[in-house]
Amino acid sequence: MNKPVRKKAPAGVSYFNQKAMTAPYLFWSAAFIIIPLCMIFYYGLTDRSGAFTLENILAIASPEHAKALWLSILLSIISTLVCLVLAYPLAMILTAKNVSHQSFIVLIFILPMWMNFLLRTLAWQTLLEKTGVINSILSFLHLPSLDIINTPYAIVLGMVYNFLPFMVLPLYNSLTKIDPSVVNAARDLGANGVQTFCRVIFPLSIPGVISGITMVFVPALTTFVISNLLGGSKILLIGNVIEQEFTQASNWHLGSGLSIVLMVFILINMVLTAIFDKKGEGTAL
Amino acid sequence: MIKTTAQKIYVALIFIFMYAPIATLMVLSFNASRTRAKWGGFTLNWYVELFANEDIMQALYNTLLIAFLSALFATVIGTVATISFSGMKRRNRAIFMSITNIPMLNAEIVTGISLMLLFLTLGVRFGFGTILLSHITFNIPYVILSVMPRMKQLNPSVYEAALDLGASPAKAFFKVVFPDLLPGILSGFLMAFTMSLDDFIITHFTKGPGVDTLSTKIYTEVKKGIKPEMYALSSLIFVTVLILLILVNKSPKPKDKVHKAERN
Repeated sequence: MNKPVRKKAPAGVSYFNQKAMTAPYLFWSAAFIIIPLCMIFYYGLTDRSGAFTLENILAIASPEHAKALWLSILLSIISTLVCLVLAYPLAMILTAKNVSHQSFIVLIFILPMWMNFLLRTLAWQTLLEKTGVINSILSFLHLPSLDIINTPYAIVLGMVYNFLPFMVLPLYNSLTKIDPSVVNAARDLGANGVQTFCRVIFPLSIPGVISGITMVFVPALTTFVISNLLGGSKILLIGNVIEQEFTQASNWHLGSGLSIVLMVFILINMVLTAIFDKKGEGTAL
Repeated sequence: MIKTTAQKIYVALIFIFMYAPIATLMVLSFNASRTRAKWGGFTLNWYVELFANEDIMQALYNTLLIAFLSALFATVIGTVATISFSGMKRRNRAIFMSITNIPMLNAEIVTGISLMLLFLTLGVRFGFGTILLSHITFNIPYVILSVMPRMKQLNPSVYEAALDLGASPAKAFFKVVFPDLLPGILSGFLMAFTMSLDDFIITHFTKGPGVDTLSTKIYTEVKKGIKPEMYALSSLIFVTVLILLILVNKSPKPKDKVHKAERN
């Protein structure tokens, strides 16, 4: 019997030397995750001379920054909702069809990634332009043209396009976990399709919904690439402002301060996820 | 009947949505005109010129090397970390898992600038090394989340049985435990490789002058107009991966080796 091993580690078996095994990751996450985050707080809360200041954070209230933040929040909420509405039926269909998990992930998520994400987003320019592919098709069908390139609509489209898989996967994961006999029981007890959905399927898929929302909302809120590529150069999101502070203005203190404001939103999101998704099933892809 | 047809149409529409840009890029790679705005006839010219373009080839080399090395390091560090998690107290493991989740849940731009500030403060020269370190950092969580489910499925008694039967801990581990983890490790590696390959934002903040990956090269070209060779290269990469995937799925393989991307 090898009892002593189990007593030492009730959670599982420890293989090899526990401390030596933990060390590399402990070092890595301290050096490249924790310390860098602390640096953002350090820079965000100090000015160029190194003195403590809240100015960089309060800068979010200035009209141009507040406008960028507001637009980012608005567009990311819209695209998160669009993703949810598009993804839910897809996840339900795929669950019912019993599509193999692996081939589905590869097809919708992994394979497109092998075509560079900047190029894929840029391709929407070609598709959306005034004389682009979609408008050629529309005019061929004598339909009114779609003139959304360089508008916030195009940015929303780009966000939905890029982040839809992040919504589909957690939804699909939580829907496949629903025991079919629960659904059958609801039907046997006389619930119709809508009732079954509203009172059984949807409530059971809440963890997936919440983590899907987190996975889409955070990158949508903070993107600067999509707005750059599809919004023309006139529409500034909060991500664009921060990026410019770092790469063009070299004002790291202001950029860090604005990032801290962004992190507050991310933190709210993480807390929400932790509350609704205790098993951590959604944070995995 | 109507319902299944509607379902099929819906799934088809989503796939058209996901793949329309990819198809567009492939068509553009055969476009004789240099601008993407108009069709100038069919040509294979860009595929030939691609291999003569040293800038693009260098960027491709950097991209692949960084993807491979970062996936490799992340796989080793992530796997060792996941194995060490299994013997941890519940509370410690929860702390480690939350740390692991930080790069996953945090915005890429924040991760990017946090690493940029770190390197700036340390006075490290920006370049290949800083990109590699950053990619390893954001790849580790993908490996951990991929190996973790395998780790949870392990039956500890099997390892103990091996020890009871006289195997040394190392032998017992590599003969009994490791083969069970391998599919998770492999899919973690592939996931990390793909993530590194497609990354732009974090590379953008941690790269130095003169070092470019395909992503950063494309980004600098956006304003001037993308070189059609880039479309040709992307189409080649995409089609290669597609063919590989089809071959892997078609080839018969032993049942227990089928590795699923089990990530939850």
